[in-house]
Amino acid sequence: MNAQHILEMWIYLYGPLSILLVGLYGLLTQKDLLKIAVSLDVMDLGINLFIISLGYVKGGIAPIYTKDVTTYTTKFVDPLPQALVLTAIVISVAVTAFILALIVRNYEKYGTVDIIKIKGLEK
Amino acid sequence: MKRFFGLLFFLILLYFLGVGLGSGLKLGDKNDITNKAGNVFLKRTASAENPITAESKLEYGKNNGIEATSANTVTAIVVNYRAFDTLGEVSVLFLAATGVLALFSLGNKKEKRVVYEEANFILRVSAKFLLPLMITFGFYIFIHGHLTPGGGFQGGTVVAVSVLMLLFAYNNYVVPSKTFKVLEGLAGIGYVTIGLIGLYGSGHFLQNFMHLGNVGSLFSAGIVPVIYVLVGLKVSSEMSGIISDYMGE
Repeated sequence: MNAQHILEMWIYLYGPLSILLVGLYGLLTQKDLLKIAVSLDVMDLGINLFIISLGYVKGGIAPIYTKDVTTYTTKFVDPLPQALVLTAIVISVAVTAFILALIVRNYEKYGTVDIIKIKGLEK
Repeated sequence: MKRFFGLLFFLILLYFLGVGLGSGLKLGDKNDITNKAGNVFLKRTASAENPITAESKLEYGKNNGIEATSANTVTAIVVNYRAFDTLGEVSVLFLAATGVLALFSLGNKKEKRVVYEEANFILRVSAKFLLPLMITFGFYIFIHGHLTPGGGFQGGTVVAVSVLMLLFAYNNYVVPSKTFKVLEGLAGIGYVTIGLIGLYGSGHFLQNFMHLGNVGSLFSAGIVPVIYVLVGLKVSSEMSGIISDYMGE
């Protein structure tokens, strides 16, 4: 367990997981609907970074065949996580647009974005 | 105090998640492409005649007779091997755009667009210069999706951002929503039609039926660039629709 190994574990494993947990913390503690939407996006970001870092090879290059890289080498990074994350980002954009539209309609009806006031618990 | 316990709980959770996941993972230095599933896609050893033991490698600038000759491997996965999943992904985006439209036009009358004070001189003039450049760049990204980084989704978003720029720059600009809806529908129909032609020709939905060409040239990789151009048109019109819905068109 040298210093470089610990640093790599923080970059590839603990960093994305802590971003995911920051999003989870916001999801559990915030009362503002917009902040909940932002927390969901932060969770998305953490998961995407984690999946991308699984496919990273040290000193790797993009998996594209060009004039310089004419045939297969082991220097390519793993393309499969990148394809999965491309799908995940698009889905996250669509879901975020729909959530924000729901929040706008909610605000027009209740005049607030605080979930406690919407529920009517505060008397 | 409550926050302190919350922080403590999440740090313990992080520790256990890291230890539990980290012991089996090969990250960074230890990561090796040769024992991953993506290796198979990178090599493209599966040819049509001899799918298991074929050893012909993909080479740039040559026609190798291998099934997926897209130079960009990520595009080869997204639009060739996972083309059916991409159809589902585009459907999710379409569903979200329809949901946003339904939520904003629910019940009450058609609202006027949100109008701010008039944009300043720099934005108004530079929007005119930037508009053709942005649209050209977006089209470049999604036409060259099988050769360079990027593709239909990224290029479509660039085109949609140019619509957002016009909405900010000119208060009297009206988004041509009807045209965008027709374009979106035609692009979706085109995607399914290509799949059905593959089904008719070779018995598999979205099977390649076009000329494969040399790796790295613009007209290569069979149906991949055609599908990505259709996806780019569809995504750009959908994102423009979402943007114009949010501006209260």
